This record gives sequence, structure tokens and C-alpha cells, in this order.
Amino acid sequence: MAVLDIENLIVDIPGRADGEPLGLQVKSGQRWGVLGPNGAGKTSLLHTLAGLRPPRRGRVSLNGSPLASLSRRDVARQVAVVFQERQDSFPATVMETVLIGRHPFLSAWQRESAEDIRFAQEALSALSLNLLKDRLVSTLSGGERQRVSIATALTQQPTIWLADEPTNHLDLHHQVAVMELLNQQADNGAAVFMCLHDLNLAARWCDHLLLLYPDGELCFGPAPAMLVPEALERLYDQKLVVAQVNGAPVFVPG
Amino acid sequence: MPASKQRALPALLGLTGLGLLALLLSVAVGSVSISLQDLWAVATGGGSELYRELIVSLRAPRALAAFSTGGLLALAGALMQVLLRNPLADPYVLGISGGAAVGALGAMLIGSGLALVSGSAFAGALLSTLLVFGLAQGGGGWTPTRLLLTGVVVAAGWGAVITFMLTMSPADRLPGMLYWLMGDLSYARAPYGAWLVLVPAVLLTLPLGRSLNVLARGPLQAAALGIAVKPLEWLVYILASLLTAVAVTTAGSVGFVGLIVPHMLRLLLGNDQRIILPASVLAGGTLLTVADTLARTVMAPEQLPVGVITALLGVPTFLFLLHRNR
Repeated sequence: MAVLDIENLIVDIPGRADGEPLGLQVKSGQRWGVLGPNGAGKTSLLHTLAGLRPPRRGRVSLNGSPLASLSRRDVARQVAVVFQERQDSFPATVMETVLIGRHPFLSAWQRESAEDIRFAQEALSALSLNLLKDRLVSTLSGGERQRVSIATALTQQPTIWLADEPTNHLDLHHQVAVMELLNQQADNGAAVFMCLHDLNLAARWCDHLLLLYPDGELCFGPAPAMLVPEALERLYDQKLVVAQVNGAPVFVPG
Repeated sequence: MPASKQRALPALLGLTGLGLLALLLSVAVGSVSISLQDLWAVATGGGSELYRELIVSLRAPRALAAFSTGGLLALAGALMQVLLRNPLADPYVLGISGGAAVGALGAMLIGSGLALVSGSAFAGALLSTLLVFGLAQGGGGWTPTRLLLTGVVVAAGWGAVITFMLTMSPADRLPGMLYWLMGDLSYARAPYGAWLVLVPAVLLTLPLGRSLNVLARGPLQAAALGIAVKPLEWLVYILASLLTAVAVTTAGSVGFVGLIVPHMLRLLLGNDQRIILPASVLAGGTLLTVADTLARTVMAPEQLPVGVITALLGVPTFLFLLHRNR
């Protein structure tokens, strides 16, 4: 069964005419990548799928239940969102920030249990943040903060990952580590749906791709069928050179 | 959260102890000092007539009014800071004290008695809250930024009205008005209203602590972690406004407590609202009780406005903590 069922969805972007309605199903174990130029609506789509903004038309269902009928808490017990932007108005340590991922599972009076703390510690190890766990998030670099965001989502133990540019600010090593981590999550049965701006990461790590054109046109399918140079050149309005490295296509701006 | 959790209980117990000590001090010290034995005698139903009168109808109500007002202001400040996600927010930032001041000064100007001054202060506070909220709604719902800007502008408007009223008022009424504006507990005889609001408010906010920790991460992140953001923001806004209105009605616009107490505690205890909110009530109450005791004793028989003392105590303490944390 599809964990995320999208029917006739039109994302509500103020001032933009209706594009082509989106209808697709995300199944557990799949790794979807959303590609498109700046402003094509990738983030808005992701937020709509998370139920953070209402769609203009159409419907999104989580494991068969319409998103609109679920409470925020019910959604948060299944879906983790990795945001592109973060707000840190008040100082908090890395550990405190990551532990917040357990919030949807705790009642109002409950404190974090030893198990919750273990989940957080495992997430910190997975993102190599152990040494930073008592540091204030505001003192971290952009890439370290990005890893804290992903660790928070991992602590949530989601069955669906909605990640907006999860490799933002990350160095090459951590880009690969994060993509490996998401890959492993999918292998363990989670569904991963992420916006990416790096074509090559998408080509290497995604099994399905959704292309969002700026005029509202869209097209999706298994990754190999989507990685057509002509389609990608039109998507980004940019000439591309395709090279073969270890038998896989690598795209370089031409 | 591990680090702050270990500090939570000792900190809250310590603050409770300090609070009780402050209340005791406030009842014992004054024009006539009362020894511990005499205090005990009065508490157990004995003691001299003079001491009974002094404690039961003067000092104890005033000490309790000071404690509850400080608690209300510090809790309101801590809530406003999370709601507006702005560390500079205090209970008065949305214009509540301005509205209350216009109400209170207006009543004083026409020579009303104490009850009417309190009543119109409360009415002014509520009017200002509704005004700011209505204006901040605008076209598409309120956001913290919009609310903050509206509040600051409305507060500036009240400020102009207050200055006008002060200019127009006869000289013999001016001191009373200035005392009210600085915060003054000398007429606070009935602290029960403040306690009736403070205790349920504390009980209500205790289970909200973790949700507020999540809200402090921003509305999108909070919604993604299962918070119904709008209802929570509504609740916090209404609660903080009510707390401020009651505090201002009890003691005028006492400054600094609402801004500085939550920050001092954040510097000492970290930013877990589950600890900060109850700790703010205790520390705010203690600070204002001590400040009020000083206000009526330092220059006795003259009484100073308590707002002067909270600022004189609060500012250096805060700056020291800030400096130490660098």
C-alpha cells in the first residue's frame, strides 16, 4: 500500500495559476527526489505533503487516512520534515534540540524516558554529532546545524521522510553520509521524499524522480527514465554535458 | 533534558526557600521590627494586638501582593518571549500596561477612589489587548511579528496619552500618578485576586512546557513536530495578557521583572520552559517581595516606588550574569 497517496494535488502558491495536477503514490522503501529550478514550488509541495499548508485542490493521504482528518500529532508520529530554514530564537544545546524529535510520542506530563534519550544518542552518533552534544546550536556551523536537523528527524523515527535539500551546507563527506543514511532508512522500510538541487546526488541515490517545471508542467517516474539530458536541460534552462563515471551518468553544466 | 533535568529540582526547591524567606523578611521588617518569636506567636493565634494588626492587615497582605505580582509579571514575560520568539519581549511590549495606565490615571484625574482606579486599570488593560489583537488580525491572520509591531505602536500611542494626562493633571495628584507608573504596592491590600489568577495559571502552564520548547523552534518546525500552533499561540497570548492585566491592576506598571527574571533564569538554568516557567514565578515573586521591602524601608518614613528598586536590583544582577556567561 502507498504510505503517501497524492491525488489531483494542486499546491497553493499565491499569485500562481494552477499547474498540472499531481497524482502519485509513494510506497515504503522508495526514494523519491524532486528536481526543479529555483521557485518551481519544491518546498511548497513538500510543506503541502506535510500538511503544513493546505492544498488549493486535491488530496493527500497518509497510510489511507486523508491528511486533513489527522491531528498534527498523528501526522508527526509518522512523518518527519527536514526544513531548509531554521529558527533559533533561544539558546538550546544540540542534545536538547535533537531530543525534541520525541515530542509527538510523549504526553503533556511525561518526561523523556531512557529509551527516548537512547534514540537521541543513536541519532547523534549516526550524524557524527557526539562531540557536539552539549554545544549550543547557535554556535555551530551551517553544516553542523543541518546535521542537527537531520538527527532531530531521525529521533522522530519516522516512516515517511520529507526532506528539503537535506544536503544543504554539507561537505562532500557528509553529503554522502546523509544520503547513505536516508538510503538505509528506505531499506528499513521508510519512504523518503526529498527535494534536491544536485542532479548527481539525485541520479545516484533516488529510485524515483519528480520533475517540476517552472510553468507548472510536471513529470515523474523511475529515475533512469527521468534522467534524460534533453528533459533536464529544459528543466533548468541550462546546457548539460553527460559523462559516464563507473557506468553511471554524471551531469555537468555545459 | 539531561543536563537541565538534574538542576531542575534543586533549583525549584532553592527558589521556593528563597521565596519563603523573602516573605518572612517582608513581614518582619519595617517601622516596627518584629522578632521571629513574635511572628510565631501571631501565626499561632497569640501575640500583642499591635503586632496582630500590623501583620494581618498591613504587612502580610502587602507581602503577598508583592509576591503574586512579581510571579504574574515574570510568568507573563516568559510566555510573551516564547510567543513572540523575541528575547526582548516583556509583559508590557504589547501595550497592556499603557492601556491600564491610561485607565488608572484617568480615574485618578477625576479623583476616584482606589477601587475605581483598579477597575479602570483592568478595563484599560483588556481594552488595549483587544485593540492590539484586533488590529494585528489585519487581512490574513496574525503572526508574532505583526502582533509585536502593532503592540509597540499602540504602546507608543498610550505613551502619548499618558504624557498628556500628566501635563494636564493638578500638581497634588502628580506624585500618586508617577508612583502608579513606576509601580507601587502601598495601596495593595487585597492580594487574593492576584493569587486566584496566579495559581491556576501556573498549573495550566506546567504541562505546556515541552510544547512551548517546541514552539520556540519556530511555527513550521513546531507544526511538523505535532503542535497545533495557532491554538497554542492563542492560549499563550490570552493567558499572558490576563496575567499582565491582573499584575498591573494590583501594583501599577512595575518594570524589569517581566523582562529580566526569565532571562536570568535562562542564563542559570538553560532554556527548558518546564523549569523556566515555574522558576520565573518563584524568582519573580521573590524579587518583587524583596524590592518592596526595600522600597518601604530604605528611606523610611518615605516610600519609594517599587519599580525603582526592581530596576536598581535587576539591572546590575542581569548584567553580571550576562557577563559571566561570555
